Amino acid sequence: MEIAEKKWQRRFRPQWRHALLATAVAIAAAPALAQETFKVGIVSFLSGQAAESFGVPAVNGAKVLIDAFNKGQAPAPYNKPGFAGMKIEAVYVDEAGGATKQVQEMRNLYEREKVDAVVGYVGSGDCLAVAPVAEEMKRFLILYDCGTPRIFEENKYQYVFRTASHATMDNVALARYLKMRNVKVERYNLINQDYAWGQDSRKDFVLSMEQLYKGAKVEADLLPKFGAGQYGTEISALSTKPADILHSSLWGGDLQAFILQANARGVFQKQQGVFSAADHVLPALGDKMPNGVILGARGAYGLMSPKSALNDWWFSLYEKANNVYPVQAPYRMAQALFGLKAAAEKAMAANGGKKPTQEQLAAALKGSQWESPAGTIRMALGDGQQAIQDTAIGKTRYDAARKMVMLDDIQRFGAACVNPPANMKSEDWIKAGFPGAKCP
Amino acid sequence: MNLLLTILFDGITYASWLFIVALGLTLVFGVLKILNIAHGSFYAVGAYAGASLVGWMLSMQMAPAFTVVALFAAAVGVAVLLAPLTERGILRMFYGRDEVLLVLVTYAMFLMLEDITKLLWGVNPYYVSDTYQAFGILNIAGQSYVGYDVLLIGLAIGCGLLTWWVLNRTRQGKIVTAVIHSAEVASSMGVNVSRIYTLAFMGGVFFAALGGALTAPMISVQPGLSVGVIIVSFAVVIIGGLGSIEGAAIGALIVGLSRATAVHIWPPAELFSIYVVMAVILMFRPEGMFQRIQARKI
Repeated sequence: MEIAEKKWQRRFRPQWRHALLATAVAIAAAPALAQETFKVGIVSFLSGQAAESFGVPAVNGAKVLIDAFNKGQAPAPYNKPGFAGMKIEAVYVDEAGGATKQVQEMRNLYEREKVDAVVGYVGSGDCLAVAPVAEEMKRFLILYDCGTPRIFEENKYQYVFRTASHATMDNVALARYLKMRNVKVERYNLINQDYAWGQDSRKDFVLSMEQLYKGAKVEADLLPKFGAGQYGTEISALSTKPADILHSSLWGGDLQAFILQANARGVFQKQQGVFSAADHVLPALGDKMPNGVILGARGAYGLMSPKSALNDWWFSLYEKANNVYPVQAPYRMAQALFGLKAAAEKAMAANGGKKPTQEQLAAALKGSQWESPAGTIRMALGDGQQAIQDTAIGKTRYDAARKMVMLDDIQRFGAACVNPPANMKSEDWIKAGFPGAKCP
Repeated sequence: MNLLLTILFDGITYASWLFIVALGLTLVFGVLKILNIAHGSFYAVGAYAGASLVGWMLSMQMAPAFTVVALFAAAVGVAVLLAPLTERGILRMFYGRDEVLLVLVTYAMFLMLEDITKLLWGVNPYYVSDTYQAFGILNIAGQSYVGYDVLLIGLAIGCGLLTWWVLNRTRQGKIVTAVIHSAEVASSMGVNVSRIYTLAFMGGVFFAALGGALTAPMISVQPGLSVGVIIVSFAVVIIGGLGSIEGAAIGALIVGLSRATAVHIWPPAELFSIYVVMAVILMFRPEGMFQRIQARKI
């Protein structure tokens, strides 16, 4: 017996025994490790015209934030590694290619990649296309950026959420800013892109102005095609119609081209520029951005973000990783991921620490609220599926010493001041004179 | 009266940019009989190359007005590097095949060049607006215009006249015209058709890249430039007649003026105006305004 034991010991020397033991442990732990991963599909523009302005900065934001989450480096209450110990694994998908392609890509994410949640979509058309499909599949979906109010005003969802305010807030806040700052507006010009975003923004601004500036008249009302690039004719048309302000929801390359061309022809010296979503062009344009332009960021983001420990941490994390400060796109991605983390951890706690089901995840996010770098996000509209948040508007000034555009005269608006109440559609709310709005 | 002058000047300015781009498209179709979808990508590469070269010149403290030379140099560089590579490396393998296949091949080139552009220049925008602002402001019909726009009109006229002169008044041009009429007959007369194809394609790429390079100072150069320009360029060459230089000039003017009229008078009809004019012209002249009557081969 003793000889047999010695033979066994010789045959299975300590290094072999350790290797065998490690293999056995690894095999036994394999299902547990798989269990501990929460897979997120992140969809945003990685190519095309929206890549530079929104898609790539948002994905850059997601990468640094998910990395920090996994390392447990985020401040409390977000300091548990991953989602309550579950490692977060991200799969990145390009949003370019149109709504039909995005529906297929989303199906692939759920069915082939087996993601637990999808966070994505900048384009309103993409959001309108993917939301009913996710609902039909009963899979958890967060829309992090798109603007159209129609998604939750015209449909009811259980599995689909939007963790940022829709576009009505941006234009109501702009009109309120003009009124609060006593900007004289008797006549105004408009230039917006000829697709859902541009037309919805135009409508919200015009309706808000009808409420706040009775009798103010629209002069030029231009709707150039998306991606026009050349605005010489539009600038002439705007110049032939003298106005107090010039409103626009242009974004990205279109906005940059318009600013470069209009500024060279002195448009902003004659008409006060009022842009609903222009913060993202400030770092790139630098001294080419005219002074005194009033602009919004689709939330209290970037240079208009509130002072808080969470915001300081996020701002610095992003800036160090990307050599540029975060603007609206990474902020909106971050608030979606903070919301997902809060919901996942809440659902796990209710599920005895195990990975939550799609239904448990949806129930945890519905009607919830959480702290984000841009302030408190509340899922107050669309039966608890659509967020509202605070926003801010400011005025540009190039700081030659710091070599960057600063924002002055910042005015903050509480979520309840610039978002409709739960029981009203945006358009009806504005037309009725903003009933229930709680403004300073 | 002022409105009429404004519409006229805006229309001509837009047409001049469009003409430079459409000139290349029509030249390639005229000689090689290829509807080149990748033309928009050459435009985008020209814009990036122009922006990079001008950016470098400005960093070397050169006068912004002088950087127009860099825009031309960028277009020449793109044509010399990319045209032989794509014509000899890809298109040549498909000559004689179905025209639809060639369109699909150029579409594949378009997709590849989109990604190559992104790999080379990234997704961040490039600005060289110093060049745009270097030519002062002019007052025309009560409007302030940038001097660069007037320069663009002059350059478009120069490009058109030079191309016309080369094709009609030089020996090389006569050879190109012979190839346009019949590559087979020209070849039997001792013309090196293969060389003419490469040169014509190079000319087409040059004009696409020049259009992009000259636009670079007016815009932020970033991904996605190539799509819009190709659609409106097709409208121009279809109105004028595929393969006709005079047609491209008239087509560009028609598109520019109808667009400017719509923007000033009835903005919602901006795009509609271009395509309704195109439809009306095609109803009466299905081959375009300046398309030569083709003898049917039996």
